[in-house]
Amino acid sequence: MPSKEYLQAERNQPWREALRKTMKNKERTNLPRVKMPEQPPEVRIHNFLEVNLGLTPELALAESRRCLDCVNPTCIMGCPVEVNIPKFIKNIERGEILEAAKTLKETNTLPAVCGRVCPQERQCESQCFYVQKLKKEAVAIGYLERFAADYEQESGNISIPETASANEIKIAVVGSGPAGLAFAGDMAKLGYEVTVFEALHELGGVLRYGIPEFRLPNKTVDAEIEVLKKMGVKFETNCIIGKTISQENLKDSGYKGIFIGSGAGFPNFMNIPGENLIGVMSANEYLTRVNLMRAADPDSDTPVHRGKKIAVIGGGNTAMDAVRTARRLGAEKAMIVYRRSEEEMPARIEEVKHAKEEGIEFLTLHNPLRYEGDEKGRVQKMLLQRMRLGEPDASGRRRPIPIEGDTVWIEVDGVVVSIGVSPNPLIPSTFTGLEVTPYGTIVVDKETMQTKVDHIFAGGDIVRGGATVILAMGDGRKAAKGMDAWLKKTL
Amino acid sequence: MNKIAGKEYLSEKVVKFEIEAPLIAKKRKAGHFVIVRIGEKGERIPYTIVSSDPQKGTITLVVQNVGKSSGKFCELNVGDYVTDLVGPLGKATHIENFGTVLCAGGGVGIAPILPIVEAMKKAGNKVIAILAARTKELIILENEIRQFADEVIIMTDDGSYGKKGLITEGVEEVIQSKKVDLCVTAGPAIMMKFLSELTKKYNIPTIASLNPIMVDGTGMCGACRVTVGGKIKFVCIDGPEFDAHQVNFDELIMRLNAYN
Repeated sequence: MPSKEYLQAERNQPWREALRKTMKNKERTNLPRVKMPEQPPEVRIHNFLEVNLGLTPELALAESRRCLDCVNPTCIMGCPVEVNIPKFIKNIERGEILEAAKTLKETNTLPAVCGRVCPQERQCESQCFYVQKLKKEAVAIGYLERFAADYEQESGNISIPETASANEIKIAVVGSGPAGLAFAGDMAKLGYEVTVFEALHELGGVLRYGIPEFRLPNKTVDAEIEVLKKMGVKFETNCIIGKTISQENLKDSGYKGIFIGSGAGFPNFMNIPGENLIGVMSANEYLTRVNLMRAADPDSDTPVHRGKKIAVIGGGNTAMDAVRTARRLGAEKAMIVYRRSEEEMPARIEEVKHAKEEGIEFLTLHNPLRYEGDEKGRVQKMLLQRMRLGEPDASGRRRPIPIEGDTVWIEVDGVVVSIGVSPNPLIPSTFTGLEVTPYGTIVVDKETMQTKVDHIFAGGDIVRGGATVILAMGDGRKAAKGMDAWLKKTL
Repeated sequence: MNKIAGKEYLSEKVVKFEIEAPLIAKKRKAGHFVIVRIGEKGERIPYTIVSSDPQKGTITLVVQNVGKSSGKFCELNVGDYVTDLVGPLGKATHIENFGTVLCAGGGVGIAPILPIVEAMKKAGNKVIAILAARTKELIILENEIRQFADEVIIMTDDGSYGKKGLITEGVEEVIQSKKVDLCVTAGPAIMMKFLSELTKKYNIPTIASLNPIMVDGTGMCGACRVTVGGKIKFVCIDGPEFDAHQVNFDELIMRLNAYN
C-alpha cells in the first residue's frame, strides 16, 4: 500500500481540490454506472473481434464523475499492484487522459491488459465506497482503466516510464507472462539490465496462448510489451531456461538475479475412460491452437478440431474462453458441464453473462464419467453423472455429491477439458536447490518472493498453482522489490 | 531465426538439414528433439536431433516430406532461415553399458536411431543395427550408422536392397541367434507395435521412441499424451522414449489420425 502521506499529498494537489468542488457528492452518487458498449451477441459469435468495445470519451467522463475522490481510497487496497485509482480517475474527469495513463503505469506494467481481464468486481471495485457504504454499484474502475490505457495506445503518444540510470546488473526473467512482465518493468525502472526468456515463439505467456482475441486482442499485448522494450528490457523467444540455457549458464553469463515466472502451463485431466479419444483435448491445447497458432485463420497451417456439439468441462474463466471459442468456430451446440451450481462457478460474472448471451448451454450439477467414440476413435457421446450440493468443503463452496443412479448420455463430437492446470514441471525439474511442494509449486518467502536459492525469486502461477493475471503481476512487483533490496544488501 | 548451413537429399522425399543452433548443439544428447516452425503461419512440428557439431554450432535434422509443413521445410535451401527453432526438448535416452543393444529403425525412423546407436556404442555396448524400409532408396544414413554399429542389417519390403522382408523378421532372426540385452526402436507406430509384441514374447526389454502430434513441446497442451502402463504420459516431457511393452500403441495410432 502506498504511504498515506503520499496519497494525501497527491489528493491535496490544487487541481484535485478544485475538481472535487465542481460537483456535490450527492450529485455524483446519483449518477448511474455506465454500461460497457458491446458487440451484439448474434454478430460476435461469427467473429473473434473484441466483445467489449470500450467506453466512449463521453461515457468515460460520466463514469469518472461518480468517483468521490475519497479521503481514504479503500479501492487501492483491493488492487494487487496498488494503482493510484482516484488520481487516474480524476485525471480522466479533468480531461488529462494521457496523465491518467501515466498514473496507471506508475505501478502497473500492463494497464490495457488489466483493464480487460482483471476481476475488478472481486478486487478494487469490491472495496469501492459505493459498494461498501452506499450499497450501490461500484465505480467502473476497470472500464476506466481500459479507457485511459487504450486512449494512450491509440494516441501514438505513449509515455515511457522513467528509468533510473543503468546499474549494469544483469537480471534474467524466466517466462514472459504477466508475472515476468510486471517484474521486468519494475526492475527496468530501477536501472537493472533485464532479459526476459520465453519458451514459445511469441511473447506474453498466457496472455498470448490462453486468453482469446475476443477478450484480449494480441495487439493490446504487443503494445504493452513494446513499452517494456523501450524501457530497455530485452526479450529472447524460443529459449527454454533449464534446457537451452541452464541455471549454471545463467550464472556464468553474469546474471546476478533470476526471477521464475514460468506459469502453470500443465493441463490436468480427469483420468476417466475415453479421455484420450480423438476430439477430447485440454483447454490449453484448444486455446493454444486458436490463439497462439491462429488456427481459426484459414491460412494457418495449424488445424483445430471443429465440432458441431462441443462440451467444455469446468466452470472457470478458461472454460468460458474455450466454450465461447467453440461457438465462434461453428459449434451449433456449445455447452458448459460443471459439477457444482452456477453460484459456485469460479468464472467472472461478466464471462458467464457473455457466454449465456452467445447461446452457451449450462449443464451445471453434471460431471462426466466416461466418453465413448466411433470405430475410428472419434468421441461421440459422454456419460454424465447428475450431482447435488452438500455441505461446504475446504474451499468454502458447497461440495458436489453424485445422485446415485442418475446419469445421462449426451451426444458430443468434441470435448474440451478445462478443470485446471498444474505448475509447469520444467523449472522445478531442471533447477537445483529450489524447494518444491508436492503440488509442484516453488516455495518462496511471501513478502519478498525469494526462493531457497538466495538469488532466485519466483512468482505467479509457478508459486500459486493457478490464479489470475493480476495476482501474478502483484507477485512480480513484490519480487522486484524483494530482489532489489537483496541485491543492494549483498552486492 | 536459424540459418540453414547444409542441405542434402537422402531420398526423393527425405532431406537432411544442417541448421545453425549453437546453444542447442552444445546441450543436446541422444533422444532430444526440437520444435520447428516454418513461416509466420507455420505449425510447430517436432523433429529428433540426429547429430550436432558443437564447434560449428549446428544441429542435423532429417525431414520427410509428408504434408504441408514438412513440405514447406523441404523447400528451404542453404542460406534460408527456419522461422523458429526451440530445444533441446524431451528426456535424453538412458544410456549405459547394457551388453548387446539391438537398434531397429524403420523408414525415416532410422534418423532418431542414429544418435542412439552412437551413444550406445560409446558407452561400451555391442550394437547391432537393423535398418528397414519399403525399398532401397528409403534406406537412409546407412554410412553414418556403419561408423558406430558393430553390425548393420538392411531389410527392404521389396528385396531391392539387403534382405527381403519386414523388420520384425530381421529382429527375430537376431534374437534367436544372439543374446540381446536391450532393443531400441523408432519408426512408424504400427511397426513399433509389432516389434514390441515380438520382443515381449522373447522377454527382451524394449525402448520405443514415440512420434505423436505435438503443439508446444513443453508440457503445456497435452496433445502428445499417450497411455503407458495404464497411465497418461506426455511424450514431450516424459518421453519421447518409453518402455515399449507398456505403451498403448493402438491408442497412439488412433491419435495420430486426429487431423486426417
